[in-house]
Amino acid sequence: MSALILGFILIPFVGFLVSLVIPKEKEALLSISAFLTAGIQLSGILTYSVYWIYKGHPSLNLKEIPLFESRGYIFYLDFYFDKIGAVFLITGAFLTFLVTIYSRYYLHRESGYKRFFNTILLFYVGYNLTVLSGNFETLFIGWELLGISSFLLIAFYRERYLPVKNALKVFSIYRIGDVGLVLAMWASHHLWNENISFAKLNDFSLVHQHLNEHSITGAFISLMILVTAATKSAQLPFSSWLSRAMEGTTPSSAIFYGSLSVHLGAFLMLRTYPFWHQQHSIQLLIILIGLSTSIISVTIARVQSSVKSKIAYASIGQIGLIFIEIALGFEKLALLHFAGNAFLRTYQLLVSPSVVSYLIREQFYHYVPKLQSIEDSFPKRIEYSIYLLSLKEWELDSLMNYLIWKPLKNVGRKLDFLTIKRLLILFVPIYCIGLLISVKANLLPDEITGYLPYPFSIIGLVMVLKAFSERHRPRLSWLLVIMNHLWVLLAISFNEGFGAKETVTYLGGVFISGIIGYACLSKLKSMEEDYGLNRFYGYSYEYPKLSLLFLLSCLGLMAFPITPTFIGEDIIFNHIHANQLVLAFFTALSFVVMGIAIFRIYARLFLGPYTKKHLEMPIKSA
Amino acid sequence: MYHSKDKFNETEVLHTLVHYLPSQAPLKDFVHHNTLHAFQHDSFYKAIVTATEVFGYKTTLSIDEFRELYQSGTIEQTYFNRKLKALKGTDFQSWKQKLLTSDYSSKPQSRVGQLRANWKSEYRIDLDLLTQPALFRVLCSYLDQGIAIWKFPVHHQGFLTSIREMEKNAFVSFFKTKRAKNLLFSETDLSPLLKIIVGDEALYAQYLFDQQFGHPGWSGMVAHVEMNPNSLIDPKTISLKDMIFFELLMEIDALDNKFGENWAPLALRAKAVTPLDQKVVLTEADEVRKLWQEIYEWSYYDQVLSGLKSNLSNMGKATTIEHDFQALLCIDDRECSFHGYVEMLAPACQTFNTPGFFGVEFYYKPVHSNSITKQCPAPVTPKYLIKEIGASPKSEKDIHFSGNTDGLFRGLLISQTVGFFSALKLALNIFRPSFSPATSASFRHMDEVSTLTVENQSPSDIENGLQIGFTLDEMVVRVENVLRSIGFTQHFAPLIYAFGHGSTSVNNTHYAGYDCGACSGRPGSVNARVFSFMANHPKVREALRIRGIDIPDTSRFVGGLHDTTRDDITFYDESYLNAELMEKHLKNKAIFAQALALNAKERSRRFETIDTRLSPAEIHEKVKRRSVSLFEPRPELNHATNALCFVGRRELSANLFLDRRAFMNSFDYRADAEGDYLAGIMNAVAPVCGGINLEYFFSRTDNHKLGAGTKLPHNVMGLVGVANGIDGDLRTGLPSQMIEAHDPIRLLVIVEHFPDIVLRSIQKNPATYEWFENDWIHLIAVVPNTTDLYLFRKGTFIPYHPLIQEVPLMEDITRLIEASYENLPVYRLKQI
Repeated sequence: MSALILGFILIPFVGFLVSLVIPKEKEALLSISAFLTAGIQLSGILTYSVYWIYKGHPSLNLKEIPLFESRGYIFYLDFYFDKIGAVFLITGAFLTFLVTIYSRYYLHRESGYKRFFNTILLFYVGYNLTVLSGNFETLFIGWELLGISSFLLIAFYRERYLPVKNALKVFSIYRIGDVGLVLAMWASHHLWNENISFAKLNDFSLVHQHLNEHSITGAFISLMILVTAATKSAQLPFSSWLSRAMEGTTPSSAIFYGSLSVHLGAFLMLRTYPFWHQQHSIQLLIILIGLSTSIISVTIARVQSSVKSKIAYASIGQIGLIFIEIALGFEKLALLHFAGNAFLRTYQLLVSPSVVSYLIREQFYHYVPKLQSIEDSFPKRIEYSIYLLSLKEWELDSLMNYLIWKPLKNVGRKLDFLTIKRLLILFVPIYCIGLLISVKANLLPDEITGYLPYPFSIIGLVMVLKAFSERHRPRLSWLLVIMNHLWVLLAISFNEGFGAKETVTYLGGVFISGIIGYACLSKLKSMEEDYGLNRFYGYSYEYPKLSLLFLLSCLGLMAFPITPTFIGEDIIFNHIHANQLVLAFFTALSFVVMGIAIFRIYARLFLGPYTKKHLEMPIKSA
Repeated sequence: MYHSKDKFNETEVLHTLVHYLPSQAPLKDFVHHNTLHAFQHDSFYKAIVTATEVFGYKTTLSIDEFRELYQSGTIEQTYFNRKLKALKGTDFQSWKQKLLTSDYSSKPQSRVGQLRANWKSEYRIDLDLLTQPALFRVLCSYLDQGIAIWKFPVHHQGFLTSIREMEKNAFVSFFKTKRAKNLLFSETDLSPLLKIIVGDEALYAQYLFDQQFGHPGWSGMVAHVEMNPNSLIDPKTISLKDMIFFELLMEIDALDNKFGENWAPLALRAKAVTPLDQKVVLTEADEVRKLWQEIYEWSYYDQVLSGLKSNLSNMGKATTIEHDFQALLCIDDRECSFHGYVEMLAPACQTFNTPGFFGVEFYYKPVHSNSITKQCPAPVTPKYLIKEIGASPKSEKDIHFSGNTDGLFRGLLISQTVGFFSALKLALNIFRPSFSPATSASFRHMDEVSTLTVENQSPSDIENGLQIGFTLDEMVVRVENVLRSIGFTQHFAPLIYAFGHGSTSVNNTHYAGYDCGACSGRPGSVNARVFSFMANHPKVREALRIRGIDIPDTSRFVGGLHDTTRDDITFYDESYLNAELMEKHLKNKAIFAQALALNAKERSRRFETIDTRLSPAEIHEKVKRRSVSLFEPRPELNHATNALCFVGRRELSANLFLDRRAFMNSFDYRADAEGDYLAGIMNAVAPVCGGINLEYFFSRTDNHKLGAGTKLPHNVMGLVGVANGIDGDLRTGLPSQMIEAHDPIRLLVIVEHFPDIVLRSIQKNPATYEWFENDWIHLIAVVPNTTDLYLFRKGTFIPYHPLIQEVPLMEDITRLIEASYENLPVYRLKQI
């Protein structure tokens, strides 16, 4: 019975693959393939759930499917199905089915018809994988698929400036969540000495015992999970991205940001509840975050004068409440609340264009000048202040900028003197020395060797920060990312012998995608003199194939699941010791910034308005 | 345009700015107009080249697009050669080379935006990004008509006063730095702020143009509201100057925040820019585009004119005087195919076209409403009020649109209860679309069972300064005017229908543009009913008889509404018909029903998702379904493909297949020897049909800058406009779904009258004359009772001979309709 769960990942996956090979002129075929995928999935899930309930709704665990093995390291996939999974799965299947049919007509004749269904199906694979995952590693794969499909759907109208800019912004916030997840995975690996499955977390005494022994590690893991969940569900202080994600078509905004994607943070909290609910400080923190998010997002929702941002903030407020419900242990209530909120917001977004004729008619019949709202009874100073703050979204958007992105960019900008040549002259020798020390273990005393991973990982991080802030030379930026991988590998190699198979897998992945990507950039440079990172160039308009190839090499280089680089990254984290929190943090940070840097190169060169010829192109503010 | 040499004159520059900004009303009052109205004082080609050069608009198809049309045969090769020879004579070969092969691709450059681009290139600051989203948010909140629950706290004394009031009394500021805040209180004019930002007075005006054309949507909306405060139900006071003042402060704030208070004004570091008013030089590429446009347009017009000639030679042969019934329809191009089918099914009927407000101008107040709405062309300001009485309230509620779902605890309750209901509703609408409170339906505009206060009871019957109903004399004048202007003064049938039109759609923010343009974007049902009431009034008839129009007592007018999306008709006041007329009426109703289904079938050829080969009845069902489907971005195609306007007797165009591309205004030259009525018709045709045509034209050629882009990501802003996402500028013009089928060609007006009378009639009103004189509309005069055509060129009429000799005869239109999605050529139809 549990093996059947896999079917619910395979069906969307097959649907996704089929949609990739259908030529883009075949609109009907594309929509039918998406319709069938969602339809078969929905009926399959419903049948399965009935059977499952009839069997007494047991929690099912499909265990330990090894994906990659080498000496002392196995990457397991693990799947889990219980009532949380069931509710998310059914709600997801139902909404995806409806939205697929809806989009079939709604997107008719839109130039990105194929791209749209490809991305929706990719999202659907990611969603189901996440919901059915049985351990952090599997969940992480789904999580990454969601991140990338989000980016592609927000930037769906790639010839305009704002969608592309906002897609990058949302992607960056998602990457912060990824740091949390990567670190949680790393710490939990050390806590349990294995790839812990969610099924095992239900073992109260096992969890209790481990938490007693390692209370700090336990708190750290919970905190990281919370960060991940808060980013995905737009809780404080990350809330401002959700309304900015509403750049794609209305149905994709509805299903992603109105309903499914944005509730996955709540899913993660529900899934890991058995683990963190034993830590009262964490529980309290979750309640506080949920509560403050609810209050603040409702004040923001009340002043929104655009219909989609109003729905977005209202939805965030409800998710805040769901967080509280989860923290208090009201699992069933939270599940009910999730499904209701998801349906409500999807529908509200889908009918949002009707708000004009509806409200205008309403006003036409019932307009009374000067409608009072509760805030009008506040003292003037308070009223104006809260209104202004809410209008500015409590400065949440600029807060992210000032706290995270500006400092990171500033570090990178300090390295503006770097050119490709200087880079090679400066760092190749240092790297060689490092490599020598690493190979010849007895060259330096152990006390010194023990500290070497830190400087090397910092160099890696700095390189990737420079890649992130580079303004002019895409190829330099790309090279820096490749080098970051090498530095990380070097840093970790001091910990213990890094097997040949692992190294080859990792570096093989890095080099193949690195070289292809570099070639793409060189090709583009040879064709276009107008090229850089200072604005968006929109070259996917002229070179769609090159753009796709480069996108694929980006995925390879950023360790997208399940490329060889991805496995390599996972192995690397396995080699960071429990007491090397700082190293783990640097490595995770460079990993995250790397993803942003890579997507920035892609977005700047290939997305945005194409201005080379006189064509119908939107102005920047459009 | 302003003169760059002059000193900065704030009032004058603002005035010019408003002139060039998009002048689009809030969504509820959407009315079509020439997108490039600001250039109308210039001849068409000069204007579009200037618009391209200065503002970067794409004003024709690209040369590549024209070449594709040539390759695909849409522009026929033989025609191309013939026309180009006619245009260029001996230079034909070299120009043919240029049109077909020379490379004219160039990097786009517009003058507007050059100066402000220096912020990014010289100062490395993205000033747009730092100011625009915040500015739009404040503006949208201020102007919001009912989306936000917590409204802008102060707005009674105008925009800037409100901002000052809040800034003074809040712990939080609009600004990050001090200087901007101080300037808000110490300054009132733009000059001191421009001095800080720009520095050089000679560049102030250019800077303001750059700034405002960085977000033409919001600027245009503010300017519109400033001039038409009544266009908002919830009134707000704002001026473009206020908005610019605030925007300049935000710019100072952003610059101070980045550089401190000591930064060099833009003029000191900016690279040299082309002044906006510098003379525009025509290039060879411009000439090539012009030639292509001419060939493209005339390759269609000549088909029409050739078909028309063959029609003319057959005219006046068969004249039935006894008609079964007559129908008055709007001049709208969407009625073009409909009356064709009615005539086909009922050969003894007669149809007329007149602007859909039927000559009666008034405000309409439905039962239980608090507001009134205008039911006549937008420029007219009526003095009359018509009230609906005796119907039940019409508004249905839908909790999904109310503010209740946004609160915390109500939201909690609602999401756990109504949420599941939403899922059901969504599923229902996807599988079985039906009417809901979200639907904007034409039939809801007025209740069938209600009555209207058409006749004024006493002169003191006044509400809000408007006279309730029309007096007898006022009614007589209006009915007579309409009947005379369309040449309908005799041979009245027992039943005469007056059909207004409207449309039904859901999830359509541009719904107002789908209803009747002559009724200010409202359904024309009320006007049709009011007109019928007047024409049925015994005393009106008596007065008309004295004036020479004898409507027999056995004739009755019946008002109705044609829903152009659903192809449905509702009839009003049927109960007043006596038994004999009722019997006839029922027979006619069956004919209309059949014609509507056939019309739906012809329309469906444009809808790829409907199989056009199905029976008319099956297609009609599908067409009705579209109108209430949430997921249907094209409930109907509105005025897409419009290209022609006939002003004359119906016989001019009766036997031509025009593919729904023609406006028609009935007119009989015999009843208007002096051209007085004609002048009235042309005064309406030029701005209404010309406006619609050019809005489609430019939305099609540059859907991003002059149109609204695809509507799929649109987000409703404050109920006044739409934007993409939450940070974008308001989008003006038409969305791509409305214009994708449109061919950007100018309107060709064909008038049946003697050239000198036509000339006199258009010259009466300088505003009307401008459209023709400057070539924004083509004009042909058909000399009555001959087949001679005269083309209006540079102020005079010259004889015209189409370059196409004959258009093919089409026996079977059904097969033609089923064959293609594309625009069809002109065909002659078999004589009915």
